[in-house]
Amino acid sequence: MQKKKKRKGVGEDEACVTVSPSASVGDGRKPARRSAQTALAISKNCSFMCFCFSSGIMDTRQQSKIIYSWYGKPTNSDRKLRTLQYKGILIKSERSRKERCIQLGDFVLVEGENADQPFVAQLLDLYEDGAEQKHAVVQWFSHISEIPKNKQKLLKRRISSQEVFFDKVSGYDTDIAVETIIDSVLVIPLRLKDELPTRLKKEKIFCVKQSWDGKCFKALSPHTFSKLNEANRKEDGIPNSFNSFVPSDIISSAKKETKKAGLSATKTKNVEMEIESKHSASKSSLSKKRHSLRVANGIKNPTARKKLELNSPTRSPKSKLLEQEDIWALLDDDCDSQLLKPTAIKRKVKFTEVLSSPPKITCANDKLKSVFGTAEDQEVLSGTLRLSPYRKLEDSNEKVKSLNMEVDAIVLTGHKELGSQSPAVTPRSRRTCTQETSTRIAEQISLLNMLESKEEEDFLSSSDGSYSSSSEEEDSDVSCTPEKKTKPSRMFSTPKSSRKPSVHTPAKTPKKTPLPGTPRTPRNATPEIPRRSHAAQKPTSVLEEARLRLHVSAVPESLPCREEEFQDIYNFVESKLIDGTGGCMYISGVPGTGKTATVHEVIRCLQRATEDDDLPSFQFIEINGMKLTDPHQAYVQILELLTGQKVTATHAAVLLANLFCTPGPKRKTTVLVVDELDLLWTRKQNVMYNLFDWPTQKHSKLIILAIANTMDLPERIMMNRVSSRLGLTRMSFQPYTYKQLQQIISSRLNSVKAFEEDAIQLVSRKVAALSGDARRCLDICRRAAEICEFSSQKSADEIVRMTHITQAIDEMFSSPYIQAIRNASLHEQIFFKAILAEFRRVGVEEATVQQVYRQHIALCRMEGMQSPTVSDILAICARLGACRLLLLESSSKYLHMRVRLNISQDDVMYALKDD
Amino acid sequence: MELRGEGSGGVGRAGKARRGRSREAGGQAARALLGIEREGRARARRRRLTASPQIESSAMNKRKLKESSGTDGECISQVQKMLRERLCHHRAMGKLFGIDQQYKHLLELLKQTTVCGESNSALIIGPRGSGKTALLNRVLKDLREMKQVKENLLEVHLNGLLQTNDKVALKEITRQLHLENVVGDKVFGSFAENLAFLLEALRKGNRTSSCPVLFVLDEFDLFVHHKNQTLLYNLFDISQSAQTPVTVIGLTCRQDILELLEKRVKSRFSHRRIYLMNSFAFKQYIRIFKEQLSLPAEFPDKAFAQKWNSNIQLLTEDKTVQDILQNLFHYSKDLRSLNFLLMLAVSNVTVRHPLITASDLQEASKQYRMDSKANIVHGLSVLEICLIIAMKHLNDVYEGEPFNFQMVYNEFQKFIQRKAHCMYNFEKPVVMKAFEHLLQLELVKPIERPSAYPNCPTDVKQWAASSLSWL
Repeated sequence: MQKKKKRKGVGEDEACVTVSPSASVGDGRKPARRSAQTALAISKNCSFMCFCFSSGIMDTRQQSKIIYSWYGKPTNSDRKLRTLQYKGILIKSERSRKERCIQLGDFVLVEGENADQPFVAQLLDLYEDGAEQKHAVVQWFSHISEIPKNKQKLLKRRISSQEVFFDKVSGYDTDIAVETIIDSVLVIPLRLKDELPTRLKKEKIFCVKQSWDGKCFKALSPHTFSKLNEANRKEDGIPNSFNSFVPSDIISSAKKETKKAGLSATKTKNVEMEIESKHSASKSSLSKKRHSLRVANGIKNPTARKKLELNSPTRSPKSKLLEQEDIWALLDDDCDSQLLKPTAIKRKVKFTEVLSSPPKITCANDKLKSVFGTAEDQEVLSGTLRLSPYRKLEDSNEKVKSLNMEVDAIVLTGHKELGSQSPAVTPRSRRTCTQETSTRIAEQISLLNMLESKEEEDFLSSSDGSYSSSSEEEDSDVSCTPEKKTKPSRMFSTPKSSRKPSVHTPAKTPKKTPLPGTPRTPRNATPEIPRRSHAAQKPTSVLEEARLRLHVSAVPESLPCREEEFQDIYNFVESKLIDGTGGCMYISGVPGTGKTATVHEVIRCLQRATEDDDLPSFQFIEINGMKLTDPHQAYVQILELLTGQKVTATHAAVLLANLFCTPGPKRKTTVLVVDELDLLWTRKQNVMYNLFDWPTQKHSKLIILAIANTMDLPERIMMNRVSSRLGLTRMSFQPYTYKQLQQIISSRLNSVKAFEEDAIQLVSRKVAALSGDARRCLDICRRAAEICEFSSQKSADEIVRMTHITQAIDEMFSSPYIQAIRNASLHEQIFFKAILAEFRRVGVEEATVQQVYRQHIALCRMEGMQSPTVSDILAICARLGACRLLLLESSSKYLHMRVRLNISQDDVMYALKDD
Repeated sequence: MELRGEGSGGVGRAGKARRGRSREAGGQAARALLGIEREGRARARRRRLTASPQIESSAMNKRKLKESSGTDGECISQVQKMLRERLCHHRAMGKLFGIDQQYKHLLELLKQTTVCGESNSALIIGPRGSGKTALLNRVLKDLREMKQVKENLLEVHLNGLLQTNDKVALKEITRQLHLENVVGDKVFGSFAENLAFLLEALRKGNRTSSCPVLFVLDEFDLFVHHKNQTLLYNLFDISQSAQTPVTVIGLTCRQDILELLEKRVKSRFSHRRIYLMNSFAFKQYIRIFKEQLSLPAEFPDKAFAQKWNSNIQLLTEDKTVQDILQNLFHYSKDLRSLNFLLMLAVSNVTVRHPLITASDLQEASKQYRMDSKANIVHGLSVLEICLIIAMKHLNDVYEGEPFNFQMVYNEFQKFIQRKAHCMYNFEKPVVMKAFEHLLQLELVKPIERPSAYPNCPTDVKQWAASSLSWL
């Protein structure tokens, strides 16, 4: 009766949490559900086949909604914090109506930033806060990919993809929203030297051997180890929770059964929660095993096996058995590794013990037993078991005996019973031939699984409990749906496989992977410039060396003259990193003052610090407004750098907002450098707004360093709401003074003696007076070195002197106009004179060609020259206009085209006078 | 023959057609006939003519002559071929005059890029026809001859007139670099993807191991007008950072190019400018003239070459030739105009007229510097001339104020009634027709009436008036 109560409690507590837009549920299910309640297991499956096909197609278009509700009544409540604690959560998919219960201590998968990489965690606490938000407190486990590359080396061993690490890193938020929980998984603690059984590889099971505290790896302490083990044991209790939905009439029968089952230990499933919790590990060992089998084998659930049989009627029972055997062969290691760490012999024992009944039978067995658990079922069981060969009975019995030494007496008797009843110990010798067909079978299974996963959902939508709890329990392993709501196209693969495509299911491999043999598509093109065929020459002389060091691209050992700015930025980012919060900083300064270089230096130092474990690790991203084709592309780039996804701008914006605004579990702090911020300006300024809004979000953990040229950019181009979000953490890079420039050059040259001291000073003074642009300074020095090298090819070991510098400076800064006018042809020069004369005459700095032409002819007469034709004059005009010595109107106006000078009259006069 | 004469009569200063034997009297007569034609139409006709069988027949005649004159004809055709190539094509083999300094600078720059992997950027600035492209082509040719350079340089050539925006330019760069998102001749992906791809590709490289890339941006000033100068920023940014070695060479004739660069772009540009200024005196000009016309020593027929060269030597000392050249030099110093003049002169060389004379040059110069408008006026009928004179008087009377047909007609009538004695009084429609013809020739232009669409926004008006020249 307690069950009933519990169920009511759940109903009361059920506060729906909508995860995704709901979709209508297919209507055709209800009658099917009814039939499911009444029909026998096998006939049920038959009738479902056809139904599920249609609904499966329908489902591809539907998005499912997942409802999270509390399991049971609040166990504890805190009045001050207004929180209510619970011991379990029910995850229910709206579409399939199936429910899973996850309890405290269970291991779960939590949505990560990347849909393909969920996090692993253990549930420690579940509570609802005052705002009726459901929260969970978790203990994280780190996957190897979450550990920084440089730290991975510390392990000094190969890490399988299934190994996780007990996470002791302090920075992570352990409080997550319940909605991010995807599914329950299994995490097995192992001793360091123990290997993960190879058979386990393809399953959704994790093992933990070591703990990771952000700095080093340690073996699991005995305490945590036992705790984890305990949690694993407790996990077996899960099935029980489902019984709470079993209608009372069935429960009553089941209850009767439990009393019987008290001895035979195979029927622990119907045992109540309370009883179950008291169960010793040994007592429930078999059920545990069976459960773990399913957890481990999620895909190959009983229905799948049944389907296999139904779909391939041509196969002989023998081949069926072979398949089963193979599957079981896969399974046996799983259960071994998880429950016992003993020797190989013991494993074998376990193997036979479980294997002793062919899987098909077990499934039926499981289901029926768990619901009805009556003696009739046992009969059915024994009846079917007769099909299986009777060869290794003695062998199995022997093994069972050896097992008995270890296992509880009750279990022993139960098994003995079972052993004698089910002699279906498939001969070992057959294994070899099985392996040959195994791949084919695996394929078949995977195909079937795809269909079944859907089928089951529909099938089990009738999960009022009337159907077997065991299949429900399996369902809970398979049917986590968050993937489906976002990616309906993946409907055809089971959710598990879509997250972790396993090797043995070719049908499930993502469509994206190109078929072998297809021509290379530009999709997977790698951006690369061909390599050079000859090695680059090493600098041979001092001057060449100096030139190389002075190149702007050369990364200096240190960044002189920006120590203060460096410190400020470093402190800012460091403090935010340590606090685990977000923030913005605006950095301004004219071009070439070392803004980007300083920021990069800061990041380098911070990264070094994280390597030395002084700081929590962070993710560094950089975007540059100038390198975007459109401000909205910023989203795309950020998202791609963060998660590697490639989506459209609008979608990226949504995903990023989601990422930064919702409490992301276990996310590292992100440091985002936005260079050339002013180019992200749009009319609505939504890109800037979003960028500066995210760091203010509570969970964002986003630090933004925005770089631009103008100091008053926030005031000038940003709306109030944007600039207020940017905040007042500003920094301005002043142009370098000549001393600083001098220091920069000297530090770059370091020990290379290629420049005279005075020469360096001259450059720095000149540049400091002009712009304070370090790039200019370095360019001049480089050019001077080149000139020096050029002029002194005979005498080696020349040093760059003042003359070289002056020459380089002249080259770079001299105005080209005067030189251009001086080198113009005579008529062009006369034309300039004519323009000046005309300007003087009219008093306006603009004239038509006609007017100038008149002046020109007059001038020509004075000089005794042949006067040019109109065509000549227009051609001259066009030439000077192309050089932009003159500014012209469009030439369609012919003689009425207006002419202006592009340089000052004084310059023109100066240029012409010297002749 | 007559048609041919017409064609050459209508040719403006662009007349490239071989005028070999068309300088007969027919030309003169035809000019009067055809002068009425608009220049453009005349040009079109010329084009048609060159394709017509008339040319073929003349060519056949020439061939006959050639056969008669034997080796001489052979020599002439070779000379013509050689000189035409030298004068017309911007071939790299063309000699460079007076820009040794610039040549060395550019060669050194590109060598550093290819040999040492040093990134650079430079602009070659000079007025049109000053030999920017010739310089670059020459340097590239010499570079490619060096073995170490040949396999070590990827070249990307862009032209501001072709790559009118960054999107097109990016696709072109990607195509020319044969990056992996190019299949066949097509570049896949959107603008943003292409940019990201290219930047990623260039970022991956480093100084010592990646193949240097040379970007040549012809008409560099047009790239400046691309949105945000994204392409320039990125190219210059790469050239200033430790990525794939890159050298960006821009070619432009605008002296104010640096002022057009955005400050960030400008800061990233290395400020290396190579100026081509035509900074030679008349003496050098004469020498260039001589060298352009001289036959090389490896010319097969030594005797003819010697004869030809000595003739050229004589020409350079000739007073009229010097005058012609001086005139041209005063008018324009660029070598392209000199080449043009020489081209016209060389075209006169035939078997019967095997050596260039001063008169050839004079003729060519006349042709080259022909005043197109005056040329049109030469071909007007008497009535049309009368109308133009009437208009001129009106213009003087009303001080440049616009006038209409009736005013012109009245003016013309006044002249007919008072002063004309031998002038036939045309009907008004005939005068109207003549007036319209003047309009067509654009000797008269209708004024733009601002009131035609009074509320036209200014920017629309500007847009309507704009052409490529607004750039």
